[in-house]
Amino acid sequence: MNTSTAQDISEFVGREYKEGFTTDIESDTFPPGLDEDVVIALSKKKNEPRFMTDWRLKAFARWKKMQEPVWAHVNYTPIDYQSISYYSAPKSDADRPKSLDEVDPKLLETYEKLGIPLSEQKMLAGVAVDAVFDSVSVATTFKKTLADAGVIFCSFSEAVQEYPELVKKYLGSVVPSGDNFFAALNSAVFSDGSFVYIPKGVRCPMELSTYFRINAMNTGQFERTLIVAEEGSYVSYLEGCTAPMRDENQLHAAVVELVAMKDAEIKYSTVQNWYPGDEEGRGGIYNFVTKRGACRGDNAKISWTQVETGSAITWKYPSVMLEGDRSIGEFYSVALTNNYQQADTGTKMVHIGKDTSSTIISKGVSAGKGQNSYRGLVRILKGAANARNYSQCDSLLMGDKCGAHTFPYIEVKNPSAKVEHEATTSRISEDQLFYCKQRGLSEEDSVSMIVNGFCKEVFKELPMEFAVEAQKLLGISLEGAVG
Amino acid sequence: MLSIRNLKVEIGDKKILNGIDLSVNAGEIHAIMGPNGSGKSTLANVITGKMEEDISGTVEYQGYDLLELDPEERAREGIFLAFQHPTEIPGVNNIYLIKAAVNAMRKHRGEAEVDAIDFLKLIRAKMKLLEINESFLYRSVNDGFSGGEKKRNEILQMLMLEPQLALLDETDSGLDIDALKVVSRGVNSLADDGRAIIIVTHFPRILEYIVPDRVHVMLNGKIVHSGDKNTAHDLEKYGYTWVTERINNPTEAVA
Ligand SMILES: Nc1ncnc2c1ncn2[C@@H]1O[C@H](COP(=O)(O)OP(=O)(O)OP(=O)(O)O)[C@@H](O)[C@H]1O
Ligand SMILES: [Mg+2]
Repeated sequence: MNTSTAQDISEFVGREYKEGFTTDIESDTFPPGLDEDVVIALSKKKNEPRFMTDWRLKAFARWKKMQEPVWAHVNYTPIDYQSISYYSAPKSDADRPKSLDEVDPKLLETYEKLGIPLSEQKMLAGVAVDAVFDSVSVATTFKKTLADAGVIFCSFSEAVQEYPELVKKYLGSVVPSGDNFFAALNSAVFSDGSFVYIPKGVRCPMELSTYFRINAMNTGQFERTLIVAEEGSYVSYLEGCTAPMRDENQLHAAVVELVAMKDAEIKYSTVQNWYPGDEEGRGGIYNFVTKRGACRGDNAKISWTQVETGSAITWKYPSVMLEGDRSIGEFYSVALTNNYQQADTGTKMVHIGKDTSSTIISKGVSAGKGQNSYRGLVRILKGAANARNYSQCDSLLMGDKCGAHTFPYIEVKNPSAKVEHEATTSRISEDQLFYCKQRGLSEEDSVSMIVNGFCKEVFKELPMEFAVEAQKLLGISLEGAVG
Repeated sequence: MLSIRNLKVEIGDKKILNGIDLSVNAGEIHAIMGPNGSGKSTLANVITGKMEEDISGTVEYQGYDLLELDPEERAREGIFLAFQHPTEIPGVNNIYLIKAAVNAMRKHRGEAEVDAIDFLKLIRAKMKLLEINESFLYRSVNDGFSGGEKKRNEILQMLMLEPQLALLDETDSGLDIDALKVVSRGVNSLADDGRAIIIVTHFPRILEYIVPDRVHVMLNGKIVHSGDKNTAHDLEKYGYTWVTERINNPTEAVA
């Protein structure tokens, strides 16, 4: 699209906002606060069937009795859950910038470096052009291909309406509504998310991605994703917010559930770059996410790959329940903290079936005053004969004000299990930096090259375009981290 | 091309370089010899910018006050160092680094990024000359390379970057006899009227393959003697004490 059309659109949307201003705000945002009535009203607003309302209410009842968890290595001012509004339509036009001129230039600079085209920049910055760049219409381009293969890929709200039986069967089957404080909160008030169903024996014909949708929605404080891969099927799913997003809503508490049946494989990749707060540690997203997959059948496989460069605080442990015999769980992670960012992330591998195996590769990069913790649990239950786990946790420190912490928890109840854990901590060395500079590379390019090298084992698990973006992101996130 | 005047480096109260004067013209090959700890690598560090503090004196290179430039700017202006101890960079493909380096130079000259096919053709030709196996391109930079392989890899990078001024810090140490010939061939393929090469070495042998115009002897941070290519042999014959004596008795000429 050329610039003049873009202008036309923004003018058009800008005009519309004047007319729609009051009604939008009044009708589509709940007042702050959370009680049973809010949950019921939310469910009603979304026109949900009875079972959904009941499910939410049950979750809410549990949440009320729960305590917010406290962690040794993450500090933040307590969240006042009554000051948050639990339903807001996609951000009203009134709050959005009307054109790129109104968007923080620093943000645009970042997009520029990422090589995101202008049209997409507008969308990512939340400029009100969804009328044209509506992600839903992007998705529909492929709807036919997917439908021909029998794949269901739609928003969670749509799934509740169109496929209530599937939702009813699998929702909460991996992450029960009372699993933890944030999962319970999400279960009670989740707004939307994605639903994927791959039928028996189907190899999903394309990578599925929420790239556009999440961005277009502009915010998704409480998303919910459910992916079901039937026997012998395969799907690769990408979840990405590949550009920093400014958002005054601080809390982001998502739940992702994966179900892989016999011989099925799910590959779930995330590149997370929510707004991390500024150099002084002001603002930024609290990212408290519960992600879990269940290998329900024999030979099932679930791989989590994540690159986390954003958020002020990240608390996230993508996990795999290895129920089927010979099932496989993998976790590949890069977590970067700069400035005042804190990340407490890792994984849980629970070996239940026989001959199950899991691999954990975690790369933590800390710069500035960033604090990076790896927390991993490998649990091998009594019946899990010949279970195998290999864990490798490497930390890279840049500067002397940051920190890296590793907390491996290993519980073995079957003597035939073999568990290996390796951990290293290193610093980016002056010699490496100088070597690169002597070859003509700038300081920033040198740092980014060395850090990317450190993270290589994880990046090679990402789909191609994602890997490229992830590398660029690391470079951007580390700017000014050395020197 | 390079003109060093009264260069001193003092760390704490230790004098590491103690007034170096050295001029190198385009087209020349110079050798620097001297015992361990005499300051040869320090000199290379000052020229390339690894060492940026505790320096006095002047270093002029192609009209630039070199000490004012960042290390990467010096590299882009054509200064290359083949390291005495090349650093390992795990996870970074050798070919990736070399390509990034080539592109950094091209960008500096206002040229477009190198075409992928042209690049591959060129690097293959250079590797053939240096008898390096192609698999080295896809291994991490210097990671797990043997001592000799690292040195060859430095020369490969040098040939790809085509520097104006190449500093070879003990590139011959750790090379077997055949490898020394191969590497020398590589270095000679670069030498021409427009470039200058400075070879730091402990052994005269490499200077038989790469014949220097001048040989400098460094002792305690100072160049105490400069002579023609035969100096290397004299050194081998008589040892560094010969030089010391020569300083003490400057009138006593050595045949
Ligand atoms: N940063 C530093 N701080 C303190 N001393 C240093 C520093 N760098 C070099 N030196 C000292 O300066 C002296 C010269 O070192 P340099 O590496 O230049 O020697 P060299 O001539 O290259 O020796 P070799 O033949 O063993 O490579 C040595 O005594 C070394 O310990
Ligand atoms: Mg040395």
